[in-house]
Amino acid sequence: MGIIIRTKHTQPFIPQPDDSMIICRCEEITKGEIRKAVYDGMRTINEVKRYLRAGMGLCQGQTCQRLVLGIIASESQISAGELGHITGRMPVRPATMDYIGKSTEHSEGVERYESK
Amino acid sequence: MKANDKSADVIIIGGGIMGCSTAYRLAKEGVSVLVLEAKEIGNGGSSRNAGGVRQSARDIRELPLAMYAVSNIWPTLSEELDIDVEYVQNGNLRLGKTEAHVTALTNLVKKSTSVGLDVRMITGNEAREICPYMSDEVLGASWCPSDGHANPLHTTLGFYKKALEYGATFATGIQVFGLQKVKGRVRQVVTDDGIYEAQHILLCAGHASRAIANTVGIDIPVERETSEVFVTEQMKPMFGQMLGTSDADFYGHQSAHGSFVLGGMGGLEKFTSNYYGDETHNVTLPKLSRGVIKYFPDLANVKIIRSWAGQYDVCADGVPVIDNVSEVPGLTIAFGFCGHGFGIAPAVSIALCELIMKGKSETIDISKLNYDRFAAKG
Repeated sequence: MGIIIRTKHTQPFIPQPDDSMIICRCEEITKGEIRKAVYDGMRTINEVKRYLRAGMGLCQGQTCQRLVLGIIASESQISAGELGHITGRMPVRPATMDYIGKSTEHSEGVERYESK
Repeated sequence: MKANDKSADVIIIGGGIMGCSTAYRLAKEGVSVLVLEAKEIGNGGSSRNAGGVRQSARDIRELPLAMYAVSNIWPTLSEELDIDVEYVQNGNLRLGKTEAHVTALTNLVKKSTSVGLDVRMITGNEAREICPYMSDEVLGASWCPSDGHANPLHTTLGFYKKALEYGATFATGIQVFGLQKVKGRVRQVVTDDGIYEAQHILLCAGHASRAIANTVGIDIPVERETSEVFVTEQMKPMFGQMLGTSDADFYGHQSAHGSFVLGGMGGLEKFTSNYYGDETHNVTLPKLSRGVIKYFPDLANVKIIRSWAGQYDVCADGVPVIDNVSEVPGLTIAFGFCGHGFGIAPAVSIALCELIMKGKSETIDISKLNYDRFAAKG
C-alpha cells in the first residue's frame, strides 16, 4: 500500500439508485453502506471490513472481496491494487471449538507445557 | 492541510485508538493535527483486542483512567461519535477454578476496593446465577458490575471519522524512522516520505514507539508479546458479561452481532520462529478452545469463524507511560499499554490533550504513569 492522505470530505454524500444492492451476502451489507463508509473516511478494504463487517461473515470475503474493492476504488479514486486485501484467517472453513481443541490434544510438547 | 503540506501544530505518530482519539479531541479544540500511520487506521492492538472495558483487576496506577472512562465517557460515546460502539455495561466476571485462583482474585479485589471501586468476591453458585452457562468447575469469581465491553473496531474508526470531521489530517503508509530536535525542542519527524514538522509531537505507536523514542535519547522498557483472539459464528444472546479467568486461560465476550470474541495466549508463542509477526500459531487456537470449553461446556459445538494475532506493547512494570518528556521539550509519549489500553483509551486521550495543550493532566490523575520511573534493581 502506498501513501494515502485522508482529510475531511468537502462535498455532501450523494445517494445512487443502486445503493440498496447487497454486496456482502453473509452480513447483508449494501453498496450504499460501502459508499458511505468511504465517504466517512475508510479507505482500505480492512478498514471497510472493520467499519461495516463486509467480508467478516461465514465466507470471509471470498464472495464479495473484489466487489467491495471495486466500490472503494471508484469512490476514493485510488487504484484497487493500492487498497490491500482481506487478511486470510485460520480456520479456512468454520470448525467447532471441540474439533479445533482436539487437534493438538495429543501433541506431547503442548500437554507438558500446560501441565505445569 | 494540502497533500504536499508537511507541517501541523501537532503531529501524532500512530493511527491507533490513542492517536485517533487524541486527534479527535485536539481537532475539536481547533488545533491543526496530522496523524502519521505506517499501515492502516487501527491496524495494531486497536483492532485486535477483545473489547474489554474493565476497571476490575487493574493496577491502581491506571485505575483512575479506567474509572473516569466508565463514569464519564463510555455511556455516551456512541452519541458523541455518531457510531454504535456497542458499549454494554453488564459487569465483569473473573473466574477461578482452584483455591489458588480464588486467593489471587481476592487480593486483586482488596487492592481495587481500597481506591473506591465497587468490586467483590462471589461464590461459584452466585457466578452461575449471573451467567448460567458456566461449568461447575468455577469455585469463585470477582464481580465488578460496572465493567463491560465494547466494539474496538467501531470505537477506533469512530474516533477517526470524527477527527476527520473536525479537520484532522491522517496520512497512512508512512514509516517513521525517528525524531530530530531544532534549537533544543523536538521539531521534526523523519520518515520514508521526507521530514514532517510540528510544534509538538505525540508518540503513541505501540511497541514501535520505543525505537522512535530512542532517536532522541529516551528509552522506555517496552517489549512485544503476541496474543490471539478468535470469533465464532452468531449465537442467540447468552452472556452479557465481560469474562476473564484468574489463570488467563482466555478472556472475551459475546458481541452485539451474536458472535463470541474470545482471546488469550498459548504460552509457546515466544519459542516460535515468527514470534514478531502478526501470524497466528497452530497451538494457540486449540489451547484457547479447550480453555473455553472447560469453563463453558455449551460452547463446545459453536463454530470458530476466524482467528488473528496481535502484539501487546508490554511495559516492564505492567502499566503504560503517559507523560511529557522533560529532556525533550515538545514531546509527549503514550505507550506500553500492556494489552489493556482499549478500555481506557477515551480517557487517555483527555490526559494527552491536556499534556499537550496545558503541559499537565488536570482532569485525571496520571502521576504514577511518569516516563522516568524505571530504575534497575540493586
